[in-house]
Amino acid sequence: MNAPTPSRAEREAALKGMGFSRRRTEDARFIQGKGNYVDDIKLPGMLFGDFVRSPYGHARIKKIDVSKATALPGVVAVLTAEELKPVKLHWMPTLAGDVQMVLADGKVLFANQEVAFVVAQDRYIAADAVELVEVEYEPLPPLVDPFKSMAPDAPILREDIKDKKDGAHGPRKHPNHIFEWTIGDKAAADKAFAEAPVTVKELISYQRVHPMPLETCASLASMDKIKGELTVWGTFQAPHVVRTVAAILSGIPEHKIRVISPDIGGGFGNKVGVYPGYVCSIVASIVLGVPVKWVEDRLENLSATAFARDYHMTTELAATREGKILGLRCHVLADHGAFDSCADPTKWPAGFFNIVTGSYDIPAAHVAVDGVYTNKAPGGVAYRCSFRVTEAAYAIERIVDVLAQKLNMDPAELRMKNFIQPQQFPYKSALGWEYDSGEYPNALKKAMESVGYKALRDEQAKKREAFKSGQTRELMGIGVAFFTEIVGAGPSRNCDILGIAMFDSAEIRVHPTGAAIARFGTKSQGQAHETTYAQIIATETGIPADMIAVEEGDTSTAPYGLGTYGSRSTPVAGAACARAARKIHAKAKKIAAHLLEVSENDIEFDVDRFQVKGLPEKMKTMKEICWAAYNNVPPGMEPGLEAVDYYDPPNMTYPFGAYICVVDIDVDTGATKVRRFYALDDCGTRINPMVIEGQVHGGLTEAFAIAMGQEIAYDATGNVQGVTLMDYFVPTAVETPIWETDHTVTPSPHHPIGAKGVGESPNVGGVPAFSNAVIDAFKHLGVTHMQMPHDAWRVWKTAEKLGLVK
Amino acid sequence: MSNPAKTRVTINVNGKDLSAEIEPRTLLIHFLREHHNLTGPHIGCETTHCGACTVDLDGRSVKSCTLFAVQAEGSKVVTIEGMAAADGSLHPLQAAFAEHHGLQCGFCTPGMITRAYRLLQENPNPTDEEIRFGIAGNICRCTGYQNIVKAIRSAAQVMAGQPRKEAAE
Repeated sequence: MNAPTPSRAEREAALKGMGFSRRRTEDARFIQGKGNYVDDIKLPGMLFGDFVRSPYGHARIKKIDVSKATALPGVVAVLTAEELKPVKLHWMPTLAGDVQMVLADGKVLFANQEVAFVVAQDRYIAADAVELVEVEYEPLPPLVDPFKSMAPDAPILREDIKDKKDGAHGPRKHPNHIFEWTIGDKAAADKAFAEAPVTVKELISYQRVHPMPLETCASLASMDKIKGELTVWGTFQAPHVVRTVAAILSGIPEHKIRVISPDIGGGFGNKVGVYPGYVCSIVASIVLGVPVKWVEDRLENLSATAFARDYHMTTELAATREGKILGLRCHVLADHGAFDSCADPTKWPAGFFNIVTGSYDIPAAHVAVDGVYTNKAPGGVAYRCSFRVTEAAYAIERIVDVLAQKLNMDPAELRMKNFIQPQQFPYKSALGWEYDSGEYPNALKKAMESVGYKALRDEQAKKREAFKSGQTRELMGIGVAFFTEIVGAGPSRNCDILGIAMFDSAEIRVHPTGAAIARFGTKSQGQAHETTYAQIIATETGIPADMIAVEEGDTSTAPYGLGTYGSRSTPVAGAACARAARKIHAKAKKIAAHLLEVSENDIEFDVDRFQVKGLPEKMKTMKEICWAAYNNVPPGMEPGLEAVDYYDPPNMTYPFGAYICVVDIDVDTGATKVRRFYALDDCGTRINPMVIEGQVHGGLTEAFAIAMGQEIAYDATGNVQGVTLMDYFVPTAVETPIWETDHTVTPSPHHPIGAKGVGESPNVGGVPAFSNAVIDAFKHLGVTHMQMPHDAWRVWKTAEKLGLVK
Repeated sequence: MSNPAKTRVTINVNGKDLSAEIEPRTLLIHFLREHHNLTGPHIGCETTHCGACTVDLDGRSVKSCTLFAVQAEGSKVVTIEGMAAADGSLHPLQAAFAEHHGLQCGFCTPGMITRAYRLLQENPNPTDEEIRFGIAGNICRCTGYQNIVKAIRSAAQVMAGQPRKEAAE
């Protein structure tokens, strides 16, 4: 007697496909301390590299004396730009069409810039040797204020390109100017502003911050001179791109280079680009023929690797007196530091900033971005930004609040009035994007009901009275943010990295005993890919997720991909995953029909098996089909069961969300208590609710840090400040608020499984929610905008200026 | 610059006596990671803030980046590698972190679990507020702490003999 067939529900539970909060397979190694991060890897004969760094923000190098360092026992080599010149690696191309010094060549352009690379037998000796390198500097006047960068008398920073009238993105207005990027219809926007009865304008600055993953950047390069093969382990969010770049720069053919991203301890966009440390460890290994490891310390990470934001956005809205928005104009002054090393897709020097029309139906809009050089660390695109979407969302969500304030309208009501309506999708924005799907009014309504918005506003009004009468020293603020963001880069027609289109890939190979291995061109740094890709394959093929191994990060085995950043893994590689799985499904169906001796039209798929329609007991499980793929396929069919898919997305995806934040601010200390934070996210189809919730918690915590205390600042002489954890605000469990998460589901119509991606949404929506909440507390006193971060000192100063402080 | 003479240090780590000839300035974290290949504890900063290097030393949570190995001579140290039982079964904290999604990139996890272990020894039935204060020396950039607190609360219940609540699938 056969065992009874498990019920559908039992089989779905065993399958652990999409929609399940499947526990993570990667956890097994991490909870036992058996992760494999770059600094865990040791190779025989391995040497250790460390940098001599500039104490000046702008200076000429008169002399470098490495003699004392090379004389120290245990020091093997000291590299300067002179040693890299013969192999033309003293400069390297950046992802943004600029060039960047690997080691200081004649001058230094930012504090802590790399000047020399010491290679020694261990990290202690390397640290000693760094202290022994003597560099003679001639300080030059520093430029740290981007607003002064294009003044006629501004110091010229980039002497290497000072005579170049054109940059990678068009004509340059000044030697310190990088690019001007414009989009939209200026005439239409100007007309809207000229005719509008109401306009608002605000300089909205988004301060320079840093993603600070807990693991710093690192690389371990090993050149095998006998085989002519280079292997590089590194903290690379995009390992294949690194391999291609390494081949082009080193001259070693690409098939002889193996790049491996092992476990990565957080990326958040900090680990996308190529850093001098990677290049120097590779060069040192090639020259010395032994493995060379480089691991930066925290101060180096915060002061010299890819920072985020530093956008000064003069933002304006034109509207009717009833609050209908007629136009948007935005000019951005973008501070890129000493080199434009932004990891943007090539055609987008300001990322996807033109999402700045946000969730609103704005008929006319124009954006202009001027990128400039300053004596600061290079970069700009990082920290869960979706390529400048965090900046754009902050600008639009702040200026909408400013407009609501001017019209004496509730900020939620103003948003409701201007939403793109469900029937308008797919929606072509005035700045060129085609939004795929959205149900905004429903989501905001749900959010407002969940927090009891009206009651909160009533309470706020009462508390303002209580403050006036001296019964409380607290001001209450309610911040609303309704963001639409843009992820999933991207379609080959407009998205490429260094000329390589931004598709992504999946390769699935099924084994005879019903297990499978799947490899992808993305690279998780904690986003649970090993768990979630398997869930997609399980739902599509009927092979249990627990029987599917997922691999990423080794360029010798993984199909080519553009890596993980910009929330692109689910929208792009997740699509490739579903499509590859569907190819497996289609072949399995043919095998099933062959085994069951019926036509394909007579069978149907049910969770983990194919059965004859109307005769479910006549069926073949996927496990049986996998075995048959290796010995009993229909005549003319290839044996085996595997599929590859390279997916060129037809469009980006547009996750959205409604966030509401309630704060109580003590005016005598400036301290803000976060009373409540409610976050509703719509990322389309939800693959693993537990993982999504974790991403939202993490992103909101980053947003909290940015809005309430983070800043990488430079003083007037070019010193960088706040670049250790003594000063850089990284919340602990004590400061971090409790997050309430909720969701709606509006699938993406163009994505094979309707999923949009979610990783960055909480940072995109979180910062404006916090900032709007703090500013909302002071609105009734005429405050329209306050500069982030909203640390206690700055908030206190606002209160003091208003005369509130006793 | 002359290097001070090396000295022999012996520390009991996860139940085993481990020795090495090291410079006196060698940090405990490097003794563990470089000299004895215990790469569970990690380095995330150089100012004693992040807690990724947390180990348990003679019954106290200690940041091993801020201790010289010679200071731990003769001491009993427990790292994440010593948390599972001899038969390989997971410590309730390890199981709870996996059950409640208390980790993402995994880099803070060894230090966090090792710290949580000592926290629950000191305070077997902590409130959420006490848990948050108790792990304030351990920074996480991925999780936002909420699920870590849930995991520690759940492990505390298991260790106190109460049945573990299965989180819904």
